[in-house]
Amino acid sequence: MADISPTRFERPTGLAFLGYASGIIIIFWCLAGAGFSVDKVLSSPPRFADFASRAFPPNLDPQVLSRLGTKMVETLQIAVAGAAIGVILSLPVALLAARGLIAGPWINHITRTALSFVRAVPDIAWALVFVVAVGLGPFAGMLAIVVDTIGFCGRFFADDMEGAEKGPAEALTATGARKIDVVVCATIPAATPAFISTSLYALEKAVRSSTILGLVGAGGIGIELKVGFDLFDYPTAMTVILMIAVVVIGIEQVSGWARTRIIGEER
Amino acid sequence: MVVSAVDIEARSIAKTYGETPVFADVSFRLARGEAVALVGANGAGKSTLLRCLMGLIPVSDGQVNLLGVVANTAKGRALRTLRARVGLVSQKHNLVPRLSVLSNVVHGLLGKEPGIRHWNHALAPKASRDAAMSALEKVGLADYAMRRADRLSGGQSQRVAIARAIVSAPEVLFADEPCASLDPSAGEDVMDLFFRLVKDEGVTVIFTSHNVDHALRYGDRILGLAGGALKLDATAASLNPTDLRELYG
Ligand SMILES: Nc1ncnc2c1ncn2[C@@H]1O[C@H](COP(=O)(O)OP(=O)(O)OP(=O)(O)O)[C@@H](O)[C@H]1O
Ligand SMILES: [Mg+2]
Repeated sequence: MADISPTRFERPTGLAFLGYASGIIIIFWCLAGAGFSVDKVLSSPPRFADFASRAFPPNLDPQVLSRLGTKMVETLQIAVAGAAIGVILSLPVALLAARGLIAGPWINHITRTALSFVRAVPDIAWALVFVVAVGLGPFAGMLAIVVDTIGFCGRFFADDMEGAEKGPAEALTATGARKIDVVVCATIPAATPAFISTSLYALEKAVRSSTILGLVGAGGIGIELKVGFDLFDYPTAMTVILMIAVVVIGIEQVSGWARTRIIGEER
Repeated sequence: MVVSAVDIEARSIAKTYGETPVFADVSFRLARGEAVALVGANGAGKSTLLRCLMGLIPVSDGQVNLLGVVANTAKGRALRTLRARVGLVSQKHNLVPRLSVLSNVVHGLLGKEPGIRHWNHALAPKASRDAAMSALEKVGLADYAMRRADRLSGGQSQRVAIARAIVSAPEVLFADEPCASLDPSAGEDVMDLFFRLVKDEGVTVIFTSHNVDHALRYGDRILGLAGGALKLDATAASLNPTDLRELYG
């Protein structure tokens, strides 16, 4: 029988070869730009061990713990307040961003571009801006979370509504209902499970952001991390890191539980 | 033949999707109170024709008169007003799953009375709640008013969809394979109920079906689509099942 199976390996075309080669060159160029140094990699384990030995055991002094605990509560307050307001404000924004719902293509495009811009600016940069605008403290942090949440939920709520089942909306359109009535009565209920899922994810994201906003003076536990490192108080810094890890993981668990609880097995 | 009001008139309408023609030069008139079955093979264009007649999608050529209004050019408020005078029941019930049965029926009034008061049964005026409850009574589901719509069986859902379509007292009802997603016995029940209601109220009905018996039993008249043209237009009494099966080639 004649061998009709294709060859196992194909020789890359000239263009493909050029593509691979330039990809590799770009990566090396980037490593150089990032100051990659084998020396530093090799010498870092002892230094890291030194840090670890000075950071352990973490500072578990009750007074410190209660101070950090208070800051952690503030962090969560920033996150929850910011995420809640952000989610509420995202709804009208998403209505403008969703294609084929109530707004025309131009408004869709402008809104989506504005949301991309909001997302492109990192949360910590928004915090810096709001520190200038409203002064140091948790309020600046909360505003940063609000804006960050709108950038995220505005976009994904819009996608959720675009992807929602069309049947009920079509049925109401056929009864002569106005667009806005169709959206409220059919599209939004159909997208609600996705909204809940997106909102819970926004909350997780807000908690993660809020833990570092303190680095720029926008409230929360981040400031303790900075002070710990600045004063070479590594045990306290280690306590902060562990607290953040525990809280972030805890929030992820709670939100996962809430997701299945509220939405149920079906979506 | 007695001269009577014409509710639907198609004047040599055609529909193409992009380059693909679905049907061309289709003309007919439906008198008030008539029940018409639209039959044809899968893909013959029955659903497309119904949607054109309702003004849900534009026709490529020709003119549709629905209740004395040119449906294919109506826009905005005029189109909504026209749609509020007709009802649609599709193969899928298309209820809003997370809302109560009663709210879903109240939504049927949104065309005539737009706005927040008809978003939910809790906000609705008494007259609207009463109308919705009486529509639910007619389909035998008054006891299920507060049940979530996604906790109903297929047959019950379709009956709620019928209640939503009749709550606004439409003058013309469109039904696209209203029992296709139901088992035979639930399908019979839904068809019986639907046609009892429309005959009581003297509503004009145009429905599609793949069931030859249904077409002949419930239709006063049969329209057959095949090969992109109207191949059949006759009274049900003058036809037998074999004539219809021929249409499916
Ligand atoms: N939105 C659309 N875009 C392009 N082509 C379409 C669209 N909707 C339907 N068609 C095509 O138009 C033709 C008629 O479809 P239609 O759904 O009207 O048929 P039907 O008679 O209702 O069939 P069935 O008995 O299966 O419901 C089909 O060939 C279909 O592929
Ligand atoms: Mg069809």
